[in-house]
Amino acid sequence: MKHLRAVNRKAVQIEEYLAAAFGDVYALQQGGSPSPPRPHYPLGCSLVFSPGWEVDSAGGTAGLCQPVERDLYDCYLSCFWPAQVPDHLNNYPDWTSKCASATKDWRNIDLVFP
Amino acid sequence: MSVYRLAEFHPFSGGGKEFLYLVPSGGIFELGPLSSAILRRLQFGERAREDLVAEFKNEGHPAAEIEEAMEELEQCRAIAAGAAFTEPIQKPPTPFPLQTLVLNVTNHCNLSCKYCYEYGEDRLATPEGKPKFMNAETARASVDYLIGQSPGRRAIHLTFFGGETLLNFPLVRQTIEYARERAQAAGKYIDFSLTTNGTLLRPEIIEYLAENRVGVTISLDGPREMNDSLRVFKNGQGSYDIIEPKVRELLKRHTTRPIAARVTLTSQVVDVLKIYRHLKNDLGFHEVGFAPVTTSPIRLYAIGTNGLDHILKQFTELAQEYLEYALRDQHHGFSNVSDTLGELHSGISKAHPCGAGLGLLGVGPSGDIAPCHRFVDSDTHKLGHISTGVDRSKQADFLDRGHLSRKPECHTCWARPVCSGGCYHEAYVRYGDTGHANLHYCDWIRGWTDVCLRVYGQIAACNPAFLRHFDDRKES
Repeated sequence: MKHLRAVNRKAVQIEEYLAAAFGDVYALQQGGSPSPPRPHYPLGCSLVFSPGWEVDSAGGTAGLCQPVERDLYDCYLSCFWPAQVPDHLNNYPDWTSKCASATKDWRNIDLVFP
Repeated sequence: MSVYRLAEFHPFSGGGKEFLYLVPSGGIFELGPLSSAILRRLQFGERAREDLVAEFKNEGHPAAEIEEAMEELEQCRAIAAGAAFTEPIQKPPTPFPLQTLVLNVTNHCNLSCKYCYEYGEDRLATPEGKPKFMNAETARASVDYLIGQSPGRRAIHLTFFGGETLLNFPLVRQTIEYARERAQAAGKYIDFSLTTNGTLLRPEIIEYLAENRVGVTISLDGPREMNDSLRVFKNGQGSYDIIEPKVRELLKRHTTRPIAARVTLTSQVVDVLKIYRHLKNDLGFHEVGFAPVTTSPIRLYAIGTNGLDHILKQFTELAQEYLEYALRDQHHGFSNVSDTLGELHSGISKAHPCGAGLGLLGVGPSGDIAPCHRFVDSDTHKLGHISTGVDRSKQADFLDRGHLSRKPECHTCWARPVCSGGCYHEAYVRYGDTGHANLHYCDWIRGWTDVCLRVYGQIAACNPAFLRHFDDRKES
């Protein structure tokens, strides 16, 4: 709270309750909230330039700073958006373990059968 | 469009700061400049949110700040829009775990204080045909009951009371030993206290109380001339000269627990400052607490409205002294202030005025269970027997009648979080109903709570570290 200061123990409880009940939920598309901004850490291709999805200046893929093969699993680690790749948090933490270098080992990335 | 109005609170100031005591939550907030200005505007009636925002914007406040301040005030219910809040009626969980048992080890007394609620003209007790002294079996059963009925509590308390408690000192001693063993076996911490008139203190008793860390409260009404006006032996002789040397001895030897004096104020005994100085400075009590006598209004010793005003004035003076001590981080022994500050600091909001019949019960010499020590031996208020336990339907009836929701006069009072209608015993003596609000004390309670809030505010503003003393009180 900014315009009221909790003094006794009950006031502190009220403040904690209100923070839990009315504290803002931040989504990426929201802006201009009246509450003080809290730190949040955006992840994923929508905010981070991820050149794997592009072509280079010559219209090919050889000059990209990440191998084009990384497209195969780009959503797997860096994106919050659900995509058609296995989830690495719960069920398939080792899906890319045989793919140390995307350009060379991309064939080791296999299908999964839930 | 929201239309705002003031909700329920009591504003007060201290140390140059403005505060709100929220009702019924009991929360205390310090106001910022903008929230204070919003409340001032609403003093004159309802205002539309948009109008208020526009007004403050014109005065140079950013719109986001104004909106934020209004939201905070609304969320903590200092201001309201739309329908009034209705607090749900909350009943205590049943069965409620016991915390304190008061054993009236005897209903006999060697004094004949004229105002005594046990023997005086307004007595409720009907001791005829009942034992005058509690026996060891009843005391042991009481200890077992306390331990068995206090699930989830780590710390429990046993208090010895009378009549004159020390007339049955052998039982006190046996019971303490038994209770220690039983509490240890049950993995609980138990502490002991007793109240006495001090006339029967002897060196060996003092030694025992000190060694066993028994808390002692002495009933004493001040210097000789005041004490002896009503605290007399059966032959009418005053008790002060007998008590004084014994109390000095007690205070010298017993330093393991704070020793308190408890003063009953009557129409003849109202000089609070003089009494306090004598008991605290001349005799050396650690704490002194005052309570007006419980009586019907027709008695000669009953305190009238003028008397209560006089007492409040002196209480205020002594509370100011407490404040000065607190700002210097020093202990002051006026326990009426420290007790109220403790409640205000925790932000208590009571549905029942006290723990009687809930976490506290009284047991009479016969083993009859009463809501508290003041109702012991009264057949009308008996809640059960120690051998068979509490009659839950009687207990529920007692608690229902005493619940704040049943006291309509209290529903618009800002002091209800701390008062909740006041003492059941006082209510019964005055109005014949334990569930009646003590309307003769309303102004007094509001006056006193306001004094304590201002003391609290000043401490919070100038020496907030002092409030930590209240953080651990009465927890178990």
